[in-house]
Amino acid sequence: MSATVTQIDDLKTTPWSGGRSPFNVEYGKMMMWFFLLSDAFTFSSLLISYGALRFSAPTWPSPSLVFQSVPGTSIEHGAPLVFVGLMTFILIMSSVTMVLAVEAGHRNSKKEVIWWMIGTIIGGLMFLSCQALEWNHLHSEGFWWSAIPNKETLQEFFEKGVPFAQQQMTSHQFANLFFTITGFHGFHVFSGVIINIIITLNVLKGTYEKRGSYLMIEKVGLYWHFVDLVWVFVFTFFYLV
Amino acid sequence: MSSEPTEVHHAEGEHGDTMTRKRIWKVFFILLGITCVEFFIALYLVPNGHMAIKVANPVYIVLTLFKAFYIVAFFMHLKFEKVGLVYAILVPILFIIGLILVLTNESHHWITLRL
Repeated sequence: MSATVTQIDDLKTTPWSGGRSPFNVEYGKMMMWFFLLSDAFTFSSLLISYGALRFSAPTWPSPSLVFQSVPGTSIEHGAPLVFVGLMTFILIMSSVTMVLAVEAGHRNSKKEVIWWMIGTIIGGLMFLSCQALEWNHLHSEGFWWSAIPNKETLQEFFEKGVPFAQQQMTSHQFANLFFTITGFHGFHVFSGVIINIIITLNVLKGTYEKRGSYLMIEKVGLYWHFVDLVWVFVFTFFYLV
Repeated sequence: MSSEPTEVHHAEGEHGDTMTRKRIWKVFFILLGITCVEFFIALYLVPNGHMAIKVANPVYIVLTLFKAFYIVAFFMHLKFEKVGLVYAILVPILFIIGLILVLTNESHHWITLRL
């Protein structure tokens, strides 16, 4: 009970001196962060192998020629980036509704959380439908895992003067990588929608109201934003570069 | 043990510097703006020859990293977490940078293998 504070007492107040959580986050939220980190490694490996294969290829299907139609409408040519732009907007928008749900959760406003979560789920479903249309369109052109369009169709996707043998080789790589990476991302969006639905049902049942905190919304929010984050990279490396 | 999560939650609410609705929309418009700039480059500057594709590609990547920063820092709330957690998440990203360096270097050798 002396008034002087020793050096030892000073040290005891640091975050790592024990007696409290140094990261100041709840266990589940920290684990979600670590899971997302491992997921980031998986997506990075896929995207980096895509980059390596594309770097070493003599030519590559031009994104502005492959993705120049708007699936689901009659626009077949001359509209590059329009459809994927819509998809990007939908996903960013659903990220905003998610973070608004988290914000409503901080104020313990059950009704607002429900509406923003429903908005997020609708956004996710819209994105998945767009992706289904996009896949269907590419499939109808002849692209699939280890399948490429016939010679005449294939020529439309390259700059003039690229030999057919090169077109064949890189189109195979393009098709495999495109369907694998957007498929893996789409699978994440799909599971995100399922998780969001489960959490929304829990909110409706009043599980988190009883618990006194809507921290669970933050955890699924982290996952949902991560899916958005990955899309930002997929969008750049498949559609822009 | 059961009181721990709520304690953490209260402590988080106390330091005030968190996401308000105003800030959420601000970040949204930043993300939208950056995406519009990317579209402007891809649909106008590159096709009309104002910008070479070799210049445009690094610009896309820098803009993408900006978007990634805003999503992780604000939407995922990482900017407002304890510095220990921030480093625990960000430092392992160095491994990804390592893999990028290794494989871009490697892919340059694959070109000669293919010839």
